[in-house]
Amino acid sequence: MRNERDISPAAPASKQGVGARVPRKEDDRLMRGRGQFVGDIRLAGLQDVAFVRSPLAHARIRAIHIPERYRDVVFTSADLVGIKPIRAITGLAGFKPSDQPILATDKIRQVGELVAMCVAPTRAEAEDIAASVTLDLEELPAVYDMLKAREPGSPLVHEHWGDNVFLESFFELDITQALDAPIKVTREISTARQCMSPLEGRGVIATFDHRLDQLTLYTGSQMPHIVRNGLSDCLEMDQGQIRIVSPDVGGGFGHKGILLPEEVCLSWLTMKRGFPVRWIEDRREHLVASSNCREHHYKITVYADRDGTLRGIDCEATVDSGAYSSYPFSACLEAAQVVSILPGPYQMPAYRCRTYSVATNKCPILPYRGVARTGVCFALELMLDLVAAEAGLEPGNVRLRNLVRPEQMPFDNITKKHFDSGDYPEALRRAVAQIDIDGIRARQRKGEDDGRLIGVGLSIYCEQAAHGTSVYSGWGIPMVPGHEQATARLTPDGGLELKVGVHSHGQGLETTLSQVAFEMLGVDVAKIRVVHGDTAMTPYSTGTWGSRCMVMAGGAVATACHELGERAKKIGAKLLQVDEANVVLVDGEIRGPNGSVTLKEIAHTWYRRPQDLPGDVDPGGLEATSGYKPQRDSGTFSYAAHAVTVAVDPDLGDVEILDYVIVEDGGVLVNPMIVDGQIYGGLAQGIGTALYEEMPFDRAGQPLNTTLADYLLPGPTEVPMPWLDHMETPSPYTKFGVKGIGEGGAIAPPAAIGNAVNDALRGLGVEMLQSPITPRRVLEGILAARDAKRTAA
Amino acid sequence: MKPAPFAYERPRDVASALAAMAGDGVVKVMAGGQSLGPMLNLRLVAPDTIVDITGLAELKHVEVAGEELVIGACVTHADIEDGRIPDVTRGAMQRVASAIAYRAVRNRGTIGGSLSHADPSADWVSTFAALCATLSLRSAKGARLVAMKDFMLGALESVLQPGEMLEAVRVPVMSPSARWGYVKSCRKTGEFAHAIGAVLIDPEAGRARVVIGAVEAAPIIVDNAEELFGGRITNDFKSRFDARVADTLLSKAGMSDAADRHIHVTILRRAVAEAAA
Repeated sequence: MRNERDISPAAPASKQGVGARVPRKEDDRLMRGRGQFVGDIRLAGLQDVAFVRSPLAHARIRAIHIPERYRDVVFTSADLVGIKPIRAITGLAGFKPSDQPILATDKIRQVGELVAMCVAPTRAEAEDIAASVTLDLEELPAVYDMLKAREPGSPLVHEHWGDNVFLESFFELDITQALDAPIKVTREISTARQCMSPLEGRGVIATFDHRLDQLTLYTGSQMPHIVRNGLSDCLEMDQGQIRIVSPDVGGGFGHKGILLPEEVCLSWLTMKRGFPVRWIEDRREHLVASSNCREHHYKITVYADRDGTLRGIDCEATVDSGAYSSYPFSACLEAAQVVSILPGPYQMPAYRCRTYSVATNKCPILPYRGVARTGVCFALELMLDLVAAEAGLEPGNVRLRNLVRPEQMPFDNITKKHFDSGDYPEALRRAVAQIDIDGIRARQRKGEDDGRLIGVGLSIYCEQAAHGTSVYSGWGIPMVPGHEQATARLTPDGGLELKVGVHSHGQGLETTLSQVAFEMLGVDVAKIRVVHGDTAMTPYSTGTWGSRCMVMAGGAVATACHELGERAKKIGAKLLQVDEANVVLVDGEIRGPNGSVTLKEIAHTWYRRPQDLPGDVDPGGLEATSGYKPQRDSGTFSYAAHAVTVAVDPDLGDVEILDYVIVEDGGVLVNPMIVDGQIYGGLAQGIGTALYEEMPFDRAGQPLNTTLADYLLPGPTEVPMPWLDHMETPSPYTKFGVKGIGEGGAIAPPAAIGNAVNDALRGLGVEMLQSPITPRRVLEGILAARDAKRTAA
Repeated sequence: MKPAPFAYERPRDVASALAAMAGDGVVKVMAGGQSLGPMLNLRLVAPDTIVDITGLAELKHVEVAGEELVIGACVTHADIEDGRIPDVTRGAMQRVASAIAYRAVRNRGTIGGSLSHADPSADWVSTFAALCATLSLRSAKGARLVAMKDFMLGALESVLQPGEMLEAVRVPVMSPSARWGYVKSCRKTGEFAHAIGAVLIDPEAGRARVVIGAVEAAPIIVDNAEELFGGRITNDFKSRFDARVADTLLSKAGMSDAADRHIHVTILRRAVAEAAA
């Protein structure tokens, strides 16, 4: 394992601006344990909430029995008069909406669904009360398998639909042209249901301020403004009566990108009872109840010529969306995205894909880091290796033959995705060279002393990020990003405040947005504060999702800082007694032909000594709010090639990662050190998808891995230090040429590791087509192949 | 995930602990709490009283008495890992201890707590069975000795009676000619084992004791394991190991899944190989 890599900083363009490896400002508090998360907040009179949750996946509620002594501290749907269910629609034709009750009404549709809310001075007492409530339920047959759920006669999650399909999506172009291809490979490939497992779970504190006539909700959220929209809808309250505060957030990955029924419940409860209330999600609730991700199934055929040229792809994909359409992303984003992104970074003349977003008696699935791309990459890249095996070619060469080439950029692919820039083949070539495929092939021929089997695998993807209005208006979900806004304000002492509506859940935005402002204004990063996570203090934003912050909020900060700089120039020119056209802003000062004045002096004069300004000074002031969109808002396309060497123990099925290489291109990197960290974190999650994480369900719809002893997450000893190489092809459309990069690390690992395992097992005639690739699955595959051989012999 | 209400007693010595344990209602003894804590929080157990013996000095006592090492029940895994107790097994116990769960668990978890919990996947139930250890049990009525091989009855089940606690583990000094092998299969570092193989083989004495653990029940203990080695134990025991006999043994023990048997046999073979190395 190559654990030693050179981490000496690249020479930055400026010591604090775009491209500099500035240490993270927020780490000063976070690494000293001084961060403030929802669970750290104490309010006078705070009481704790525990929920009675459904023990069954599918049932009718006959009765809820509350002991007489707890009547006034237990609440059910009957108490929530006037509260509307959560409803996340889409504008896609044929979509069937679902109403997610805040507390279950007549029917239960998933294990863990909220049935009653119990409040007490401590969580333990609230749990005691919850344990005393008994449910009289009539169990219904559970919809536990998304493929069976599509069959006629299946039990129905939402009876009035007539079937279990939220949405069917379809695309076809010239598929008949591909059918005569000499190579045709068909497989079924699937990815398991997972939990997102941020270090910090969800948490909510609700309190009402009568002086302000305002509900304040402290909630660990990626998108405080969207929570306010949703809450305002459910509670039928004016937006001005709702303030959402998202303090420090310990990881989100999508899990903190939805409106929770718990948020609605606690908002109602604090207004009903008059004291602040708190609910902190425990790990069991996280695993069982609130949201899952990743469960895809593909039936896919790839057509190719003997030289590996892709002729077309034909696919039917199913996504298990769970019981309800989550707000705001809906139940359909994932499956609809599969249709549009399955062709990956490749060119091909023919393509057909049909997908189903299927309702089941499981908790809703959410877009998890990488969203549908992790599943799509797994399916497509596994198939390309099978095509390569069929053609007798090196998998890398098959990819090089089909990747979009740099001279074709910008490139509109078969589904009209507009790839903005990049050199995909170069990324793959670098990864192939670094992993040393020739060396591994020689080693494979020789064999291992310990009897293990060595395999090497590749994968490559491109990832649309920072999707704008033109993309999201097409989905028609409750949230469409427009111009991203930011406010820049010089303080009287020359410091800078930036206010943004996106929120950091670990990305280091307090540092990177400060670097952008430094680049624009020359104000020292240490003198810049980023204000975020509070609807009362920040401009509207759809929040942090889709790897959008650096492109969108970074662009908005640059635009606001530019506007602020223009205003400072106007004041500075007056102070220098020259025409505005003759001054420039350089290194934090306004320079004229015969002198200069610093931003600090300008701020001091504007706020503290206005008597020094002439009467005709521009009145705009030193606080600017501006909106930003890239020149083209169809998204940036970052990309990466991953290469991995594994050793498989054929007697136990264990997979060990021996070497891991990542070559990625996220456009211009504002802080390469932070990007490194995001890629390491993404890789860890990708390894989890590939080898460990799985939430299985039984036929009654019961989730089976309900503690972290059963639901395995990779730990430090399971995640290797990768060799990392950055390419930096600017996006032609964004400020500074940045691209969204935060999710990418989690996309490619399952595909690369899957290909490496299959490479190792090829001689045994075993293929792993299902994630996670557990020792058990590998061993069962090997034993079955041995039995088949024995029977044939 | 908060426990149901319970009374908490922290007695000052073993005698008062035994008195507290003789009280009414369901009593659970806590000795480190590394398994009991999560079970309480998940409300899988809801005792009326917890008697916490973790801090009792009497139960941390360690001494070599004749041909035995007597280890108090509240000695932690970390005490053993760090070599704070005499080594009578030529490093075997130290190696086992160092691979139990995570260091944080080893700092608090105790051998007595682990054995009393009787989790089939835990390391000590298999290790001490292979090392031919004896357990000292004590209740208000008196003391008794039980061989480790007779202690565990099934998953989370032992011969411990209500009011009775495990006081000490007595481990025989390992003979100089004995060979030790211990291998377990985990999906990740610190995870509970899915298969354990523990072997104590003495070719000079012609004896071998083989334990197959993590079988979702009490470990399978083969006292006289000649049949696994073609009928006799000699210096070439590694090459004489017969995987088919082990497989049959597991089938007879009710392990019907072929992949399960394959894993356990593989782990056992590797434990034998380690002993031969």
